[in-house]
Amino acid sequence: MDFRYLPATEADKTQMLEKIGAKSTDELFSDIPEKVRLDRKLNLKEPTSEYELKKEMVAMAAKNANLQDYSSFLGAGVYDHFIPSVVDHVISRQEFYTSYTPYQPEMTQGELQAMFEFQTMVSEITGMPIVNSSLYDGGTAVVEAMYLSNVQTKKKKILVSEALHPEYRQLVKTASKGKGLEIVEIGLTDGKTDLAQLEKEIDEDTASVIVQYPNFLGQIEPLDKINALIKAQPKAMMIVSSNPLALGYLTPPSEFGADIVVGDTQVFGIPAQLGGPHCGYFATTDKLMRKVPGRFVGETVDQDGQRGYVLALQTREQHIRREKATSNITSNQALNAVASSAAMSALGKNGVKDMSKLNMQKARYTKQQLEEAGLPAAFSGSIFNEFVVKLSQPVKEVNEKLFDKGIVGGFDLGIVYPEFENHMLIATTEIRSKEEIDAFVKELGDINNG
Amino acid sequence: MANENFPLIFERSKEGRVGYNLPALDVPEVNLEEEIGADFVRKVDANLPEVDELELMRHYTGLSNRNFGIHTGFYPLGSCTMKYNPVINEDVVRLPGFSHIHPYQDTRTIQGALELMYDLQVHLEEITGMDEITLQPAAGSQGEWTALMVFKAFHEANGESHRNEVIVPDSAHGTNPASAAIAGFKIVEVKSNDKGLVDVEDLKKVVNENTAALMLTNPNTLGLFETQILEMSEIIHEAGGKMYYDGANLNAIMGYARPGDMGFDAVHLNLHKTFTGPHGGGGPGSGPIGVTDELAAYLPKPVVVEKDGVYDLDYDRPESIGMVKNFYGNFGINVRSYTYIRTLGAEGLKKASELAVLNANYIMRSLQEKYELPFTQHCKHEFVISGNKQKALGIRTSDIAKRLMDFDIHPPTVYFPLIVDEALMIEPTETESKETLDHFIDTMLQIADEAENNPDIIHSAPHKTPVKRLDETRASRKPVFRWNKEEK
Repeated sequence: MDFRYLPATEADKTQMLEKIGAKSTDELFSDIPEKVRLDRKLNLKEPTSEYELKKEMVAMAAKNANLQDYSSFLGAGVYDHFIPSVVDHVISRQEFYTSYTPYQPEMTQGELQAMFEFQTMVSEITGMPIVNSSLYDGGTAVVEAMYLSNVQTKKKKILVSEALHPEYRQLVKTASKGKGLEIVEIGLTDGKTDLAQLEKEIDEDTASVIVQYPNFLGQIEPLDKINALIKAQPKAMMIVSSNPLALGYLTPPSEFGADIVVGDTQVFGIPAQLGGPHCGYFATTDKLMRKVPGRFVGETVDQDGQRGYVLALQTREQHIRREKATSNITSNQALNAVASSAAMSALGKNGVKDMSKLNMQKARYTKQQLEEAGLPAAFSGSIFNEFVVKLSQPVKEVNEKLFDKGIVGGFDLGIVYPEFENHMLIATTEIRSKEEIDAFVKELGDINNG
Repeated sequence: MANENFPLIFERSKEGRVGYNLPALDVPEVNLEEEIGADFVRKVDANLPEVDELELMRHYTGLSNRNFGIHTGFYPLGSCTMKYNPVINEDVVRLPGFSHIHPYQDTRTIQGALELMYDLQVHLEEITGMDEITLQPAAGSQGEWTALMVFKAFHEANGESHRNEVIVPDSAHGTNPASAAIAGFKIVEVKSNDKGLVDVEDLKKVVNENTAALMLTNPNTLGLFETQILEMSEIIHEAGGKMYYDGANLNAIMGYARPGDMGFDAVHLNLHKTFTGPHGGGGPGSGPIGVTDELAAYLPKPVVVEKDGVYDLDYDRPESIGMVKNFYGNFGINVRSYTYIRTLGAEGLKKASELAVLNANYIMRSLQEKYELPFTQHCKHEFVISGNKQKALGIRTSDIAKRLMDFDIHPPTVYFPLIVDEALMIEPTETESKETLDHFIDTMLQIADEAENNPDIIHSAPHKTPVKRLDETRASRKPVFRWNKEEK
């Protein structure tokens, strides 16, 4: 069988083996001890022609209900937003998607500059001066922030709000075991971090407090009050996980004294794609610059004094520091960072704010309409684009009924918060029309009363 | 390219330009500021660029023209497996049924995605000889750390939580010791011998009752197969430790040998290397791990399971180390890798390894007269030469790298592994034709000749790139990590 990715002809092979001085390619594998040599063919599906494989993959993809065919009110950390067409055209350029880490800067100025621009955009949105060139995703960015707080403060106690994304909280727990960190979860009051408990738990052993803004339940956490409590312990650090789209309109965590702001730029130009790859960001203060995980792109000059970009502060990284590195992170999410940069560039200064406000307006309309349909919000505070309602029956069953009407319902909170059984977390983004919202409200109201 | 600064997108910005149209506000407007309070309304807008759509496309097209990809030319970056990234992968991953699905949708509405993940796991199990695979880790380094946490959980469950040492060869990639340290282990180094292989006598000395694991790449970072692998496995297992396989170099042995048959207990794969992820300019990657049956219970959750043709996510794994990445891994990369594996099948994957090894040996034997070859046995998919001969003439390996750019060749990995002076690590991959390899060989021989007869042309390289050699130390000494308007 011929393979279209493998160019060697029999004549090529003969000539090359002659140069090598080997009789056959098998000879090149003779150093593999016979005992470990595989003496049979791998048992895999047979090679498939391009046409047949594409047909099969189209059929496999069609077995999934894709959000474009539904009205989705599902968020919970992954959102269905408008993606400008420019994004995919930019990241489909092979110079971006087939290249690798720009270790040879003269040949990879395009990638490096794109990363420098990403750092600048995230810096603008978060208000933090130092931003790296991306991490795997929002969850691992929180983990890296936790590590940094431990390295910086030499303390081991980490206070984590229960309103931090439940999966991020699981990652933090898994990761804490490696370094022997102590995780203390701070409970909720009316859908927000319980400040009284936070005040009680924070002490001189505390490395950091991790909160989410807006939080997992959609609520806008009072970062001013949280910061005041953290300030009582001079060493403890304030880590805020933040949806960057919300920061188009909301006061950024930097204004409330955050030490590290992390999150995911999936909201800008990255499709849900079953949860990954997305794109984590890591933003912090000048003081912590030299302890930041992952890659930085820095500005410099060439021999003629012309502006250029290179990977900077590489001496922090694992390939040089080995076991002394503060993080083992090697790759970043460069291609997705380019996608987010293209989306942020298309939206620009006004678009990010407009999109942020649209989310707030539409979510409020959904919330108010549901209230009129007998489904008031479970919590009293202000929201960004998500809120919680309590249903009369299990969310899973409600969602099955909604699905039959062409609607993907909200997140079943009871799965992760036993106290919120039958509670649904509902997201409304800018792409949901009034018509779709009205239909959702009607169906949900009918099911709930039915 | 004109000799002037290529503008940043911020420098293309003009107040009032617009590059977007959002859906209309079709619901009654409420006063947001009144509701949330002035303290929570942003005072200063994020200063993002204001550009129209054409300007945006020109900007990014301009940037892409200042970048080098695999479709541009030869990219023999050792240890990174820069093989052709098939374009069908890009079409498949963009099917709406793969790209626009939410991780929290009812599993009955994502059966196609779960089927793909499950079948990919089955294929990777067979390729590696491991019993169970998880696709959760985002990249190789996260896979390493995940497997080490699995080892840790295993040792603890067996009442051996004192095992706190991980053995790493001196030729290992820096990520290995870094991952082990983050997982809470102490690093013990084992030396290489004069053949570039792990010194088994030294391994016997460093192994002890505290050994948790040995981390090994095979073939190793010099591109050489660890011929005493079975002895090494036995030494580690007898001491009660576990064997960890760094899959960075799996491209050398697909269909020829499997880590599971060499005694490894856990394996990570770099799907963005071996299985055409693609590399994305530095990511996203995907770093699944595979383990033996006795470790499977500790794998991160959830696990994709199948029953009577119905796929589901199993969260009921009481001994699991927990989640290591939100959701289920980098699905978009996994879709591409699945497409690649299905294109080649067993026959194509074995042929890929065969040709990757043939290509590497062909280049190695063609360069060995002009460049120092520290280890002379047949290599696998890559090899390391030293620039020591050229260094004696005043030409460093970094100079050779810059000169290669003049010939539209991306330089190999340089100064790694650390145990070879002036190292050049060359990995051609199987997707390059003999003509491309010959162009590279001719260029390298010409540079060796220039080192003797015309060193100036090497010192002044690169000559064709949009910028000349960049001052890398300045970027770290005077860090500028974002654009500032004030500077202009």
